[in-house]
Amino acid sequence: MIWQFDIIILIFLVITAVISLRVRDLLSASMIFGVYSFLICLLWAEMGAVDVAFTEAAVGAGVSAVFLIATVFNTNRRSSD
Amino acid sequence: MGMRILGFIAVFVTGALLTYGVADFPKWGDPHSPANAGEVSTYFIQNTKADTHVPNIVTAVLADYRGYDTMFETVVIFIAGVAIMAILRVLATIPPGHQPVQYDPRKKIAYDPIISVTCRLIVPVIQLFALYVVAHGHHSPGGGFQGGVILGASFILIAITSNLRSALRRFSEKRFIFIACAGALIYSGFGLTTLLFGRNFLDYGVLSKIMFDTDEVMARSHSMLGVEIGVMLTVTAIMFAIYANLSSRGALRGGL
Amino acid sequence: MREFFESYIVPYFNFWVYVILMMIGMFAMITKNNLIKKLIGMSIFQTAIILFYVSLGVKDGATIPIYFHEHKEESHAEGTSEDAHHKEEESSHESVGPGILTDAERKQAHLEAGDHTPHGEAAGHAVNPDEFTNPLPHVLMLTAIVVGVATLGVALAVCQLIYREFGTLEESEILTQIKQSNHG
Repeated sequence: MIWQFDIIILIFLVITAVISLRVRDLLSASMIFGVYSFLICLLWAEMGAVDVAFTEAAVGAGVSAVFLIATVFNTNRRSSD
Repeated sequence: MGMRILGFIAVFVTGALLTYGVADFPKWGDPHSPANAGEVSTYFIQNTKADTHVPNIVTAVLADYRGYDTMFETVVIFIAGVAIMAILRVLATIPPGHQPVQYDPRKKIAYDPIISVTCRLIVPVIQLFALYVVAHGHHSPGGGFQGGVILGASFILIAITSNLRSALRRFSEKRFIFIACAGALIYSGFGLTTLLFGRNFLDYGVLSKIMFDTDEVMARSHSMLGVEIGVMLTVTAIMFAIYANLSSRGALRGGL
Repeated sequence: MREFFESYIVPYFNFWVYVILMMIGMFAMITKNNLIKKLIGMSIFQTAIILFYVSLGVKDGATIPIYFHEHKEESHAEGTSEDAHHKEEESSHESVGPGILTDAERKQAHLEAGDHTPHGEAAGHAVNPDEFTNPLPHVLMLTAIVVGVATLGVALAVCQLIYREFGTLEESEILTQIKQSNHG
């Protein structure tokens, strides 16, 4: 548990969360949400929760981004806000 | 605009309440905070080795001590998959007077030999790694959920790099529904077998009577592997089912 | 300033960020117009809660919740046992170094220590719970993540259904269409 590392990841976490909600292209939003999931996976590995980190790497950064992209592909890519 | 202001107010009130709560939290990393020094987690840390011989405490708690919880988590995933198939099957049936969506050929991605060949080479490696994650979950991070998601992702990779049809040829709808059911049934089957021997549901120790040359402790370890395999089958099938349905609007043809 | 930073900000930083992420997620769920954006906000809200749980389970100076490999455990048990310690001192001139035993010596010391349990299990050797991170929140959150992605899938399926009905995912446009169909 290295607190400097912890703080850097947490700051990036907030930045990616805000960007993924602000960007108007839903495909980009899905991709940035994948980045967010990957950062939080790093955070969990750093906090000693290795099993949770592994699950998040497979599920959050991998599969849930793919599900979002599959839906965006079948619906509209533009968002009004 | 009014909605926005109301949203701001609601969010700030919640944030203020949570901040007020944070001030009373135990210090970061305190080993004697109520959550960490509680009886249950202390029991898990001290007795997992003697009870089950599984070095990874998380796997032991997941599949043995809290097996009942995990069984119904698996059932939740199964139900979610079935619900998605049911919701999107409405989309697949074309109502009268509704023009089916024509896929724009310009949308199609051109066949790329580099991507295709690379993925064909890497898919078996991914699947082998997924099986390793499940089988080695006792000794390292991993287990049924992670291995299942990785195995499902390998089929999703086939669907993305070539097309959905060739992925469905390997893992058809009939097959993934069957495998999802089989996984949940394997899990509950372990529970029912322990009931037949007169023990509690999912109390694996008694299974040493039907396993070859094992004591009660190792029977729990082996049963955990069996249960994890059940979880893996359900998660694999449901993850691929969700992708196949979402990407093709439930029609299971065309698609991403 | 530095004292304030180290006593109030750093020890609680995870909890501050959990509050911020929860506010971001909740704000997106309330005010965003696009349904996919709302779902991303919901996922952020969910990870904020998971962050809270996992942060509660952290112990300072503890390792991941996986036991050490078995032979390490054995040598640790020997170190605590007096007989084995004596044996180690006797044969230390033959050993590679202090505290490092050859396999035969280890086996002998193991027998002398009276440890006859199968699988080399150190009987009566209690694990110090402060050495390992709390595994309970990890278990709860591991299943929560996988169930979370399954429910996200259901929500996305409903989004596709809505898109076929209304041809849009914008909440305001859907509401206008519903109002028009009610009046008409």
